[in-house]
Amino acid sequence: MSSLIKKTAAELGELIAAGQTSALEVTREHLDQISKVDGRVHAFLHVDVEGALAAAKAVDARRAAGEKLGPLAGVPIAVKDVVTTKGLPTTAGSKILEGWVPPYDATLVERLKDAGTVILGKTNMDEFAMGSSTEYSAYGPTFNPWDLTRIPGGSGGGSSAALAAYEAPLSIGTDTGGSIRQPGAVTGTVGAKPTYGGTSRYGLIAFSSSLDTPGPCARTVLDAALLHEVIAGHDPRDSTSIPAPVSPVVAAARQGMSGDLTGVKLGLVKEFMSAEGAEPGVVAAFHAAVESLTKLGAEIVEISCPNFVYALPTYYLIAPSECSSNLARFDGVRYGLRVGDNGVNSLEEVMSLTREAGFGPEVKRRIMVGTYALSSGYYDAYYGQAQKVRTLITRDFQAAFEKVDALISPTTPFVAFQLGARTADPSSMYLADLYTIPSNLYGGPAISVPCGLSEGLPVGLQVMAPTLADDRMYRVAAALESTIGTLTPPEL
Amino acid sequence: MTYADIVERYEPVIGLETHVELGTRTKMFCSCPTEFGAEPNTQVCPVCLALPGALPVVNAVAIESTIKIGLALNCSIAEWCRFARKNYFYPDMPKNFQISQYDEPLCFDGYLDVEVDGRTVRIEIERVHMEEDTGKTMHIGGSTGRIQGATESLVDYNRAGIPLIEIVTKPVTGTGAMAPEVAKAYVAELRDVLRGLGVSDVRMEQGSLRCDVNTSLNKPGEEWGTRTETKNVNSLRSVERAVRSEIIRQSGILDDGGKITQETRHFHEDTGQTTSGRSKETATDYRYFPEPDLVPVTPAREWVEEIRAGLPEMPRVRRLRLREAWGLSEHDMQSVLNAGAVDLIEATIVAGASSEGARKWWMGELARRSNETGQELDALGITPQWVAELVSLTDAGKLNDKLARQVVEAGLNGEGTPGEIMAARKLEVVSDTGALLEAIDAAIAANPDVAEKIRGGNQGAAGVLIGAVMKTTGGQADAKTVRGLILEKLK
Repeated sequence: MSSLIKKTAAELGELIAAGQTSALEVTREHLDQISKVDGRVHAFLHVDVEGALAAAKAVDARRAAGEKLGPLAGVPIAVKDVVTTKGLPTTAGSKILEGWVPPYDATLVERLKDAGTVILGKTNMDEFAMGSSTEYSAYGPTFNPWDLTRIPGGSGGGSSAALAAYEAPLSIGTDTGGSIRQPGAVTGTVGAKPTYGGTSRYGLIAFSSSLDTPGPCARTVLDAALLHEVIAGHDPRDSTSIPAPVSPVVAAARQGMSGDLTGVKLGLVKEFMSAEGAEPGVVAAFHAAVESLTKLGAEIVEISCPNFVYALPTYYLIAPSECSSNLARFDGVRYGLRVGDNGVNSLEEVMSLTREAGFGPEVKRRIMVGTYALSSGYYDAYYGQAQKVRTLITRDFQAAFEKVDALISPTTPFVAFQLGARTADPSSMYLADLYTIPSNLYGGPAISVPCGLSEGLPVGLQVMAPTLADDRMYRVAAALESTIGTLTPPEL
Repeated sequence: MTYADIVERYEPVIGLETHVELGTRTKMFCSCPTEFGAEPNTQVCPVCLALPGALPVVNAVAIESTIKIGLALNCSIAEWCRFARKNYFYPDMPKNFQISQYDEPLCFDGYLDVEVDGRTVRIEIERVHMEEDTGKTMHIGGSTGRIQGATESLVDYNRAGIPLIEIVTKPVTGTGAMAPEVAKAYVAELRDVLRGLGVSDVRMEQGSLRCDVNTSLNKPGEEWGTRTETKNVNSLRSVERAVRSEIIRQSGILDDGGKITQETRHFHEDTGQTTSGRSKETATDYRYFPEPDLVPVTPAREWVEEIRAGLPEMPRVRRLRLREAWGLSEHDMQSVLNAGAVDLIEATIVAGASSEGARKWWMGELARRSNETGQELDALGITPQWVAELVSLTDAGKLNDKLARQVVEAGLNGEGTPGEIMAARKLEVVSDTGALLEAIDAAIAANPDVAEKIRGGNQGAAGVLIGAVMKTTGGQADAKTVRGLILEKLK
């Protein structure tokens, strides 16, 4: 059964349920793959071999006892290291949390465990989810399974690379400005950002509270929807969690898989088509996909969202401002790294030395930008102004959704780039999230689905839907997948 | 320069910021208990320790308590308001920001009337807002307990996240020499209001009510002066002393042509003086911004009206009502208030006693015992029902004053109800006239000259004979009855 690792999560769930394989067998195969390839990919920061095997055995025992389990029971999953896992190290890719073992599970981790999924370990990421290449991980970069000299996207490069390397059939990502979708696009996998508030942030180490959204990563749209259904839904421990039922994402994915988009109206964001910086190969693959969508019955219209061009600068004021406050708690007093506690230095000096040593360059850059943007005398010009533009971008979305069911665009302007190509110039790195950021500012759901190759590397198409209409994006993405097919990376 | 001279030449402007720990069962943003005095760091969780990933959820009871306070202080209640983050680094603040409210307080524009020397002063309330308390830091190893010279700093996070309400007055002007008393009267009145609402135990000595006092001076007709903020004012008396000492200190500087520095000052109970804290020029920029982890607070109007309808009678209104009903002078009413006896006396009257009878015992024997032992009146083990029974026994003539005192003594020793004590100690007034007449005859025989004086019309001399009779009967006679019998006999 060496082909188990190539199967989808839905298939694995069915095989386990039918008794044709066991959770233990499936878990072992994935752990074997991890030990075989992760030395080259470095998708994982921590692999929990014992915990995974024990969880798999427990699922098999429950099934043997006749318990009725969900469709993902026994299916292995990798969790981005920014989500707390009780008893498993959680670092958010930062030195400042090296060795910290959370005493509690994030809400979504509780739900994963309740659903019987088997947590394999924690995946690599840009420090505190700040970056688009996973090169800002304090523990070294992750490498793209399509080409190990290239980046796997970020910040959730580990979660997406683990899928492309067949180390896990499912993974959890978090998306603040594109950290699920852009890695999905450049690794040829699926990544969905649910509606903000649709998935609980309790236990997600905060980067930018008003933008952070945990979501599913998978190799197929249906798998992403199945995982979405497990982790979504109201959580009283997160005040911003929406007390509304989860839209029928799995049913929508199955509907989309039939390949019929008759009556569905999709908007092409005009401003994204004219934006500079998108590679010709990406544009070509995207247009070919739009052709396919038309053939499936979708009506395509061009929509103007004039304020989307301000999304990037708006994001780079709001996100750093919130992060400058959120990351204040990492001071060496209660947990994680502590530097300079020699009985001579003052408390303030110990805090300062700890943060100096514990944070990497991109995190420091954003803390400084955010501190400045919130400071007295500058608040109105920066943070206050950014919030106003955020409202305008939201209005653009609302106006667009009066005319169309969903908006589509390339997920990211360029395919996976070479490691080191953009670290010297932060603003060139920031461009990776040009198309993904508007949805975060608005709060609506968006998904990246593979739509073809450019120079042999995956290209993603993004579907953006209205808030709480997550099902719509799954239908469109699944329909596209049904005609284009999933992408198969080269053997490692 | 006397204080009187100073307030002739300068007009004080004061302002008060009061922090009140709410008496909610759980903390402001998590479900940890709030009991005072637990072992360090036993009332903590991921949220109030600010572990990575933890999120706050607002305590609905705290919101309700805050609205109660706002309504009691005649405030408007916001239809929509937000929490804000106040960012600064401090080791006993787990998140290194405090969740507070900034430009959108839950309650605003109210007032509280207070009485000072028979004059009513209206203190305008700027705002009432919600925030969370910090932990407590202890510095070990130094000689002073302060951070200088300490080798270790220990932090107890039990208090971190306890709901805190900040009540801010508008500047109070025109109180002249009375400014220190007005400040004290305001805090006292506020404390009574909060206690009456049942939202806090308002114990200044435990820090559940804390006060910062702003003071400035200006010459009549001129603009307000630079203010200082005095912190660490932890008793009613200190509020008054702190304002007075700041008025005197500032006037000294102004008289010498100096300028007041805008700064935080610390009040010292021992010296009654303030010393300089940090200067506002170097103050932290708190970088306030709306708390993104919490949704706005939007109390429904119906709910606010429901809370308003359920508010208890305000202390000042109640005080005036009871004073009138009990027929007391302002001075006597103040004594009752100071003794903390209002509720007890009222309950005793409800249990059937006359207001004079109820007040006599609570303010007399029982208050004396309370003073001697330092116990609160309501902690003596004597209930209003107990006192009401005592009063009815004395009113019925079954106990005279002396016997009643003995009953109280026994009651304080836990010997039971007045009836039980009388039975056990055989303390009933002797009403057997035969026995009394015998004792009176004996007393007359022993004091012939006194008897002669009475016969001669000097009724005042009867006291000697009454005393002798009381002695023979062991005090168990009714003095009035004895007096009547003596006068009858010696007519």
